[in-house]
Amino acid sequence: MKRVVFNEERCKSCELCINACPKKILQISKDKMNNKGYRPAEITDNEKCIGCAFCATICPDAAIKIEEV
Amino acid sequence: MSKTIYEKPKSLTDTTFHYCPGCSHGIVHKLVCEVIDELCIQGKTIGVEPVGCAVTAHDYFDFDVVQAAHGRAPAVATGIKRSLPDRIVFTYQGDGDLASIGTAETVHSATRGENITVIFINNTIYGMTGGQMAPTSLPGQITQTSPYGRDPHIQGYPVRICEMLATLDGPSYIARVSTDSVPHIKEAKKAIKKAFENQINGKGFSIVEILSTCPTNWGMSPVEAMKRLQDEMIPYYPLGVFKDVGEGNE
Amino acid sequence: MGEKVLMKGNEAIGEAAIRSGCRHFFGYPITPQTELSAYMAKKMPKIGGVFLQAESELAAINMVYGAASAGVRTMTSSSSPGISLKAEGISYIAAADLPCVIVNIVRGGPGLGGIQPAQSDYFQATRGGGHGDYHLIVLAPNSVQELVYLTADAFNLSEEYRIPVMLLGDGTLGQMMEPVDFDSIPEPVYAEKPWATNGTDNKREKNVIKTLYLDAPELEAVVMEREKKYDIVKQELQRYDAHDTEDADVIISSYGITSRVVETAVQILREEGIKVGVIRPITLWPFPEKAYKQVHPKAFLSVEMSTGQMIEDIKLACECSAPVYFCGRTGGVIPTPDEVVQKVKDILKEVG
Repeated sequence: MKRVVFNEERCKSCELCINACPKKILQISKDKMNNKGYRPAEITDNEKCIGCAFCATICPDAAIKIEEV
Repeated sequence: MSKTIYEKPKSLTDTTFHYCPGCSHGIVHKLVCEVIDELCIQGKTIGVEPVGCAVTAHDYFDFDVVQAAHGRAPAVATGIKRSLPDRIVFTYQGDGDLASIGTAETVHSATRGENITVIFINNTIYGMTGGQMAPTSLPGQITQTSPYGRDPHIQGYPVRICEMLATLDGPSYIARVSTDSVPHIKEAKKAIKKAFENQINGKGFSIVEILSTCPTNWGMSPVEAMKRLQDEMIPYYPLGVFKDVGEGNE
Repeated sequence: MGEKVLMKGNEAIGEAAIRSGCRHFFGYPITPQTELSAYMAKKMPKIGGVFLQAESELAAINMVYGAASAGVRTMTSSSSPGISLKAEGISYIAAADLPCVIVNIVRGGPGLGGIQPAQSDYFQATRGGGHGDYHLIVLAPNSVQELVYLTADAFNLSEEYRIPVMLLGDGTLGQMMEPVDFDSIPEPVYAEKPWATNGTDNKREKNVIKTLYLDAPELEAVVMEREKKYDIVKQELQRYDAHDTEDADVIISSYGITSRVVETAVQILREEGIKVGVIRPITLWPFPEKAYKQVHPKAFLSVEMSTGQMIEDIKLACECSAPVYFCGRTGGVIPTPDEVVQKVKDILKEVG
């Protein structure tokens, strides 16, 4: 099973990961906010993640880590 | 036990980037550090940073970095490389730095075949100073200093660095890549890796021009900026390899 | 005294630099110093050194910036207009506390000026030449022998203090040939360079060489730290020659090649019973102020190949305890002893 880990303090809500995700399972958090005042991205349905790491690859802030657990 | 599929490269520090949301600089910083990790050269690498948004890249690169005066990175890198030929020396420059004030340093380090690697971020604008016209700004592009759109009859035409340098015998590898999509980012990484490998193998001057976004100064969202890069920049700045002395045709 | 060899000033600088461990020279052609580059072009490849003719003086000084960052002994040379081109790079090198040696074989200015010798770059050299609070150590030889001595010394001083050192010569010194002995020049004294950006080898924290400090108090702190260093240099490094100053009515000051014109004038005047003395600054920065505080002439006379620049430092040093006069030529014209003799006589008419 793939696990997408967001380093929320690095995220700047740029949405490039959301745009790049082939499974469309990423969104901007509606409740969380990091210390820069950005609402970080988050995964909606981890089950559907195929571990392609598109999100992590395009992330301009190296905020995403993908693991196989 | 969990296996890592993707994580931040080792030679990238933990300092969060100061770059604007969606800025390609961050993507390219990752690619450069991933390549440095994969080639195991972190201890041998010396970066030369420009004057521009990447002027504080030394906060993010976990190896020795020298900050050059605006446009002079290739000359500084030449001084370092000529002093420490076994070290891996690369410059990281924006379009103002490399293609405007530093054009002579760019052309001459290239025609000398200086054994350095040049990472050239082309986002068609001066970012750090707030969005002025760059030598690579497209015709019609509105900027702080081309408020009515760049008029080639008054402000000249954007310069295609790769094609220009490809006329020189000095360079060993010239490629233009892009950060607009994951497949292109993977291509960009291959090109960056090739450029660093060339230096390791003493092949001489390698440059990778990386089409990049500047959402803030383009006045767009990061996603819109990627679209603009695809629709407007790539047609004017075609991607590809413009020179590759490679093993084959040595 | 070692064995002497007849050598042209420009080439003697090159030989002295090589003997001082300089293996990285970045040059650009400009009269009247080009022979130095040519000398390095011939010699460096034979000793595993690097000679590179850059695309401009501006690129050359930035190559020096890189080489100095890498921790090697490095040098560049040029003449007046080229030094103006290097001014930005020199400010950066001073701001990064990088050691290196910069040679200016001065020619007539401003603008393209001329190619004959001059001293009209005094302000540029002693006030830094570029932007910001900084100084270069500036050494002013007046013979090929002293040129060679000060070249070797420049490398040691530059590393000891981590301040770029400028050798201020002129077209005459660069072009003239004189017998020179290399055995009497200072031995290289290498400083440790833990700050150098030469690759961590994964054994140390990264080094960063930069000059940008966006936080004002931080920049101020860095600049003030350097000022402390400059104060130390001012105390330790005021060099000058002086003679016949005790009974002198007029003390003549000049540096470099002009000082040899002055020596002839002093002989003529002394033979006529006129009491003149000499103070010849060797370090132009730091200016040898103490020399001017120990003497009580009726007047000082500054003789320069310019419209008068060092004259200001003499006034500052003697705090106008006596009137300071000027005599000189510029544009590449060399003053004659008779002009100096006449000027001294005119001064004595005034000050009695």
